[in-house]
Amino acid sequence: MSADLNIILPEILLSLFAMGALLGAVYTGKDKLALPILWATAGLFVAMAFWIGVSGDTDRMAFGGMFTDDAFSRFAKVTILLSAAAVLLLGQDYMTRNDMLKFEYPVLVTLAVVGMMTMVSAGDLMVLYMGLELQSLALYVVASMRRDNLRSTEAGLKYFVLGALSSGLLLYGASLTYGYAGTTNFAGIIAAAEGDISLGLLFGLVFMASGLAFKVSAAPFHMWTPDVYEGSPTPVTAFFATAPKVAAMGLFARVVHDAFGGVVADWQQIIALLAVASMFLGAIAAIGQTDIKRLMAYSSIAHMGFALMGLAAGTAAGVQGMLIYMAIYVTMNIGTFAFILSMRRDGRDVTDIAALNMLSKSHPTHALALLVLLFSLAGIPPMLGFFGKLYVLQAAVDAGLFWLAVLGVVASVIGAFYYLRLVYFMYFGTEGEPLDQAMPAIQWVAMVGCAAIMVLGIVNLFGIEGLAAAAAETLVR
Amino acid sequence: MSIAEITFYLFAITTVTAGLFVVVARNPVHSVLWLILTFLSTAGLFVLVGAEFVAMLLVIVYVGAVAVLFLFVVMMLDIDFAALKAEMAKYVPLAGLIGVVLLMQLALAFGVWETADGVSTAANLGAIERGEMENTAALGMILYDQYFLLFQLSGLILLVAMIGAILLTLRHRQDIKRQNVLAQMYRDPAKTMEIKDVKPGQGL
Repeated sequence: MSADLNIILPEILLSLFAMGALLGAVYTGKDKLALPILWATAGLFVAMAFWIGVSGDTDRMAFGGMFTDDAFSRFAKVTILLSAAAVLLLGQDYMTRNDMLKFEYPVLVTLAVVGMMTMVSAGDLMVLYMGLELQSLALYVVASMRRDNLRSTEAGLKYFVLGALSSGLLLYGASLTYGYAGTTNFAGIIAAAEGDISLGLLFGLVFMASGLAFKVSAAPFHMWTPDVYEGSPTPVTAFFATAPKVAAMGLFARVVHDAFGGVVADWQQIIALLAVASMFLGAIAAIGQTDIKRLMAYSSIAHMGFALMGLAAGTAAGVQGMLIYMAIYVTMNIGTFAFILSMRRDGRDVTDIAALNMLSKSHPTHALALLVLLFSLAGIPPMLGFFGKLYVLQAAVDAGLFWLAVLGVVASVIGAFYYLRLVYFMYFGTEGEPLDQAMPAIQWVAMVGCAAIMVLGIVNLFGIEGLAAAAAETLVR
Repeated sequence: MSIAEITFYLFAITTVTAGLFVVVARNPVHSVLWLILTFLSTAGLFVLVGAEFVAMLLVIVYVGAVAVLFLFVVMMLDIDFAALKAEMAKYVPLAGLIGVVLLMQLALAFGVWETADGVSTAANLGAIERGEMENTAALGMILYDQYFLLFQLSGLILLVAMIGAILLTLRHRQDIKRQNVLAQMYRDPAKTMEIKDVKPGQGL
């Protein structure tokens, strides 16, 4: 038991911190303590990421295979923790300004992160569901945190109702899988799902894939994304676009490889279809958007399509490509959202893309950093985003999915249009009212830092290539 | 006939008879009392098959809480049960038909019950050594030992639900007076009360 507890120690510490912070704030300063708690949470996330990053390279199982601690889960956890810490700090200024900084916010984010860490470590259908619900429930609440705002409550309710529906799909699939495999343990399921699997198990797989596709917002299960992204407070949107995506993709990879690794051909076509639908829907539907948060929602749908392409390859190289893609995607999004959070005119927050008109005149540095980030999001060669796409395309071609790679390139070209349109607005648009000058230091550092990473990372990807390869190796045996 | 068999038939007959009386009793309060008898005799049946935990649960939860709650509801609400019963008589044939169909379906389902290949039933639960352990202890082993992680995670989920409910609904109103217990307790009569000696015929 104590050995088991040792393995989940990071999760235990985070939960204890959340409970301690909650009690402490309730009994003392309430919302006056929100800022210190927020900083402490971000600091703890970074410390945990460091700890998980350097702690051992052994694969361990806890609670009879329910909880897996391997290179894959460690890679995903470090990405989740670092991005959550970055997003918390980025949103702090926005939250304070709009009088939304409640002490429950960092506490809920911490609990959501515990859920995400459980998701990527799940070795059992029940743990999978528990982690997923812990994450989702906390996210539903933070989505509607601005409860006096109609849009925010709508976003929370929509997310909750559709999320409950997807949980239902997932649970139905899980119960079928349990019924036909006789166990909820991934190790048991993979033993039962070998060769020609029964129809019931196949149905279970399909339903679970649908439920998970909802969580990563892959088309055709994407409908909630634009509305939720638009309605939620912007810092929460930034959070939605980063850490939960990594967790959901990690969980997806875990289910298809750890539980259904023996029947790659059965799920390959499902995921390939999801990938194609997401890439094209994200690329085409984003063209008509005028709100930058909605645009980022469609952008994230398209990016999930590319990450799923790596998964569809069904090989270790594919999982490696997916992990690298997710790490790059998260970095790009942090940089872009750092800018979106600072978009204000006359002291009011704006999210209209027309506000970007002639940004290069009023804020040359911001415009340049955003240009780099947008080029990277579009996947234009010298930037890091291109290499992320290259990895997944390479994996798809190597796995014999040539058609998928070709469609991916086509979708990427279509998608480049709306990113380049933003760049056009910034440099050649019509003169409009300029945005406010002030940008908090944290957001500036995050934006310029992420843009710098997009350029400098092309040298050696900061060494994550090898780590991702090792992580993929432990998952795909 | 052994004692166990006699007890079984005793409890079984009581259960079925009491169940029948739940439906046909004229007085709704009597219905609830018959329901309690049904629960109690079912608990006896559970003890006979060795499931003492479920029996305890039935007595404590169903008899102790749910049935008593029913009783209160029935006694407090002013519902004309006689009228409801008369209405019900109209639907008896239809209800009987549905009942028969359901029974047939259950029989069909159990008739062709099959287990998928390669399924070892309850593979997880089998890991617990029953041995001499009572089933309450065995359930405890599963819930608090084998599924410790799941149990704690459910606790966290409930905590999130609680925080969420408070965060989304609680409003601190500034315009009402609140009770401050400490301030009340530390009120000193010497400071807050003044004794005045009013002379007769003079007033204050």
